[in-house]
Amino acid sequence: MGRTLIVDYDAGNLRSVQRACHEVGLEAVISADPAALARSDRIIFPGVGQAASAMATLHRSGLALALQHAIAAGTPILGICLGLQISLTHSEEGDTPCLGLIDGRVRRFALDDPRLKVPHMGWNEVRVLRPHPVLAGIEPGDEFYFVHGYYPDPATTDAVLAVSDYEREFCCALGVGNYVGVQFHTEKSGRVGLDLIARFGRWDGRFEAGATG
Amino acid sequence: MLSKRLIACLDVRDGKLAKSVKFVDTKDIGDPVEKAREYYEDGLDELVFYDITASSDKRRIMLDFVEAVAAEVFIPLSVGGGVRTVADATDLRLAGAEKINVNSAAVQRPELISECAHAIGAQNVVLSMDILRVAVSDATPSGYEIVINGGRKRMGVDALAWAKRGEALGAGELVVNSIDADGTRQGYELTLTRMISDAVRIPVIASGGAGRPEHLQQVLTEGHADAALVASMVHFGDYTCSGLKRYLHEQGVKMRMRW
Repeated sequence: MGRTLIVDYDAGNLRSVQRACHEVGLEAVISADPAALARSDRIIFPGVGQAASAMATLHRSGLALALQHAIAAGTPILGICLGLQISLTHSEEGDTPCLGLIDGRVRRFALDDPRLKVPHMGWNEVRVLRPHPVLAGIEPGDEFYFVHGYYPDPATTDAVLAVSDYEREFCCALGVGNYVGVQFHTEKSGRVGLDLIARFGRWDGRFEAGATG
Repeated sequence: MLSKRLIACLDVRDGKLAKSVKFVDTKDIGDPVEKAREYYEDGLDELVFYDITASSDKRRIMLDFVEAVAAEVFIPLSVGGGVRTVADATDLRLAGAEKINVNSAAVQRPELISECAHAIGAQNVVLSMDILRVAVSDATPSGYEIVINGGRKRMGVDALAWAKRGEALGAGELVVNSIDADGTRQGYELTLTRMISDAVRIPVIASGGAGRPEHLQQVLTEGHADAALVASMVHFGDYTCSGLKRYLHEQGVKMRMRW
């Protein structure tokens, strides 16, 4: 399985992700060193928190550039929650320019039903639209744990792997090449979430964009 | 759509599981790490630990305990009891808790809520409220009053006003715990739960009084709660997490049914 690195950029509880990796036999280290990214066989890019401060930290530390290099080098990368959101072009949260690995924006939930609460917090069903090695095995009715007030809205549907519903359908998993991102906290989603991490640990980073199921 | 959540609360004293009745008598009923694992494997959606350790010099025991649970339970963990400072909150987060419950200390110093929200994210700050039914008065127009210190001290603070203030200060979620209903097994305080849930736009967890499966169904429908918290019902083996969820599912309440 090689060396898995969990990117530390002051964005939340990284040890939860590390513990989940260990539970599925994936040895993972937490590091904030840009040079360490280049030496990793796979990278998990987690995150809880606010887009603007996360982007500021990533640029200041050199991690943003290191991530771009890792993408170019074909290293499998898993973004989780904020780690997914900042892979898009722009986030409404703090009007923040993001990494732009995937063309699109991150938008605040604007819900018509006043009884629906924001953040979207709790367990919700994830429906896979496009087969991907990391999502293989998610079955109808499988739910994952979400906590977020913003959601990814990619410019085209090409990269959308899975959706969930909160008043209306929103994208909850994206994939382009060796990058895959999930909006839900797979590390806190029980067995189905651990299985996803295990599959990421076996993934070679290859994904044919545009293949539909 | 979001599922409603079943949450189990474990009161932990000196690293052991305890259960209080009407906040007074407590008795030890087993190893909480073992219980946590059992509930997790049986489909529980979220766990709450309340540290009821009397002395503050035993904080380390709680941190070690949270760490032990976090190593084997992969659902959200929420921890409260004695959180007085941002440092308490961040220590518990590092040990493996997602969410931090603040209660008495926030009533005495409301800025604790915004400080914690800033430090660990609003969505991770749970304002836990112990609430007593009282006569309607100028100080308590809702007819419900906030109490602290495990229900012993009345604060002259209106519960509905406090819930709204807590939301405004940055709490991401509310626990509505009825002192009147706690330990009675006669059902949740539906009026109180619905009143608060309808007044805020953050999730509300109903707590206190669950004795039968239909109590959960009532509070998740009529009570407008987003989650139902149980303790005795599952701790003493009368009900299982999966059994409760199956019942709720059969009653048409949306629950996570695959785990």
